[in-house]
Amino acid sequence: MKMMKIAALLAASAVAAPVAAQDLHFPMLNYRTGPYAPGGIPFADGYQDYLTLINERDGGIGGLPIRTTECETAYNTERGVECYESVRGDNPLVIQPLSTGITYQLIPRVTADGIPLHTMGYGRTSAMEGETFPWVFNYPANYWDGASVAINHLLAQNDGSLDGKKIVLVYHNSAYGREPIRTLEILSERLGFEFLPIAVDHPGQEQGSQWLQIRRERPDYVLMWGWGVMNAVAIQEAANIRFPMDHFIGIWWSGSENDVLPVGAGADGYTALTFHGVGTDYPVYSDIQEYVVGRGLAAGAGDQIGSAVYSRGLYAAMLAVEAARTAQELAGHAQITPAEMRAGMEALSISEERLTELGLPGFSAPFDVSCQNHGGSGAAMLQQWDADTQSWSLISDWIEADRELIGELAAEDASVFAQENNITPGCL
Amino acid sequence: MSDTVLFALEAGLNGLTVGIMYSLVALGFVLIFKASGIFNFAQGVMALFAALTLVGFQTGQVPFSHLINAIFGAHVSDFGFTMPAFLAIILTVVVMVLLALLIERLVLKHLVNQEPIILFMATIGLAYFLEGLGDIMWGAEVKRLDVGIPQGMSSWVDETTYNLFGYGFYIDTLSLWALLIAAVLVTGLVVFSQYTKQGRALRAVADDHQAALSVGISLRFIWVLTWSIAGIVALVAGIMWGSKSGVQFSLSLIALKALPVLILGGFTSIPGAIVGGLLIGVGEKLFDFFMQPVIGGATENWFAYMLALVFLLFRPQGLFGERIIERV
Repeated sequence: MKMMKIAALLAASAVAAPVAAQDLHFPMLNYRTGPYAPGGIPFADGYQDYLTLINERDGGIGGLPIRTTECETAYNTERGVECYESVRGDNPLVIQPLSTGITYQLIPRVTADGIPLHTMGYGRTSAMEGETFPWVFNYPANYWDGASVAINHLLAQNDGSLDGKKIVLVYHNSAYGREPIRTLEILSERLGFEFLPIAVDHPGQEQGSQWLQIRRERPDYVLMWGWGVMNAVAIQEAANIRFPMDHFIGIWWSGSENDVLPVGAGADGYTALTFHGVGTDYPVYSDIQEYVVGRGLAAGAGDQIGSAVYSRGLYAAMLAVEAARTAQELAGHAQITPAEMRAGMEALSISEERLTELGLPGFSAPFDVSCQNHGGSGAAMLQQWDADTQSWSLISDWIEADRELIGELAAEDASVFAQENNITPGCL
Repeated sequence: MSDTVLFALEAGLNGLTVGIMYSLVALGFVLIFKASGIFNFAQGVMALFAALTLVGFQTGQVPFSHLINAIFGAHVSDFGFTMPAFLAIILTVVVMVLLALLIERLVLKHLVNQEPIILFMATIGLAYFLEGLGDIMWGAEVKRLDVGIPQGMSSWVDETTYNLFGYGFYIDTLSLWALLIAAVLVTGLVVFSQYTKQGRALRAVADDHQAALSVGISLRFIWVLTWSIAGIVALVAGIMWGSKSGVQFSLSLIALKALPVLILGGFTSIPGAIVGGLLIGVGEKLFDFFMQPVIGGATENWFAYMLALVFLLFRPQGLFGERIIERV
């Protein structure tokens, strides 16, 4: 009897299965656990809070509510791929894998499945070549842009010449950490500075050898491509050997509160690149307080609002929402498909006027995406840590990357990828 | 002296101090293995848990605040006061003893007479449980740990070596403190095991479980005692490593550094853990110094394991380990 009841219920539910609800699905491949969770949590919170804000304040995008699904990757490539497999059949509008390792695994998959991939400030740099990587976007800036921006900043600091200077790169010994080496090698040949890359193995808890070497080499500047505990240990070691903090520049993934707070006063003056604004001094944060925090809808513990990586998550969500809006305009209807979302991402235009409308004036450098350029502006700013106030402040204006050089390198790398994968570059 | 010799000397000295930090982690493994034959996979996580708890007490954080806020819609985060380091350390020791008691009651008691591999698997489960518990209790954000141990370049070493060699060596003051703390810890452990009733009971159990039981020593008490001491050693390791890098979840990975130390020094020897740590520390720093120009840097992680592998070939029981005699 019991079995019959269950069968009847199942049959009824099958008959009464509702028509798929109209919504816009934004899956989130997050990592809130594991050794890298301190970086994953604020990004996930920022992403989620902005999407909640759009639902609560605007009723979604084009009248359709946003639906988010969260999948835990623990920053692990295999689990990231499993997460992708679990969401790819559910009309995901854009995948943001939050890991260079996962990105490399997903590029062929999303290309085959026709799902856009956005790797903001990470992933495969040459994916900026839209004709070879039509489904992959890495706007507004990539690692090679970061290397170029750092060097352009140092050029400006040294009256336009780095001749005879010595620059060390301390990098996470992974695909991510090795990304800027080629760019920096070429720049060192062109600009006449000595370049010395020094690797740090995962996780980077012990960096004694590396910093002894840096102390012996006496470089003028140190750049860092680190992640997780490696950042805090490197900044601590730099403070220990009394390396001047304002001559130490981290990539944007080495510029969060988690990297400097454990070092205390020793981290004062440390600088890092950023491709978005810092702090909560933007009108959108008032809306987040009113519509998200005030209604008890803040993601996670609600204690990350305004941190550097939270801002990045918020920025990623804002770009996704703007791309979806553009896609709806292009398609002429609200319920867009992943392919239509891709078209929206390729037609995305972020202007200062639009940023102001969104409550984020000056938060990002304006940029336009095109079929050829999926990489955005490539511009970044420098932020500096103040240990007294425990806050970042911007110390530069937008600094342009050497896009001519980056374009050459990206085209070369994309061409190899296209040959290896029998791709004929072109616009979709 | 040539620059190369001076630099190598500096690297070697740094290796010694780093090696002591590795030894601090390895000691916890040795204590438990010696007394119960269990390879405690959770030792690294215990160091993390102890450090998280210490920072939580120091900063007056409300434990489980995220959970409380999520369930009851409250907004609690801290008690509004901070605690002196020594008091926070004492309270953390109490927590680690309670944890040992719970581990014995809930896990070990039910696994008496099981194969070592079963007990090892249980400690893997324990590691995952403790990591999750630490996360729920204290949050996943990176925390600054400051118990007053000075950090940074030792000016004394710098000046002394400069006067001697014309080149100032860099040694982190924190590492010098680690040296002192390890010496006190090992002395304390030796005194405890040689001159106290409980210490002698612990040694008796380590030598022969059955014989110890037959003379009335409580195996369960000894397990609680051993895990408590291992918890305190984990706290010391957590303080030293947490001061260096902040308290974050990757702190548990320091256990990976202890494995080659144990293989070198032997799983059952406290002096072995110290000597093994020193050998690994000095070896990896000198290897990196001399081989970095040839094969590139970042050799430290794999060099330690390579050295351990060589030892396994020639002396599987480690330098100070007990020789394994299998009777057939």
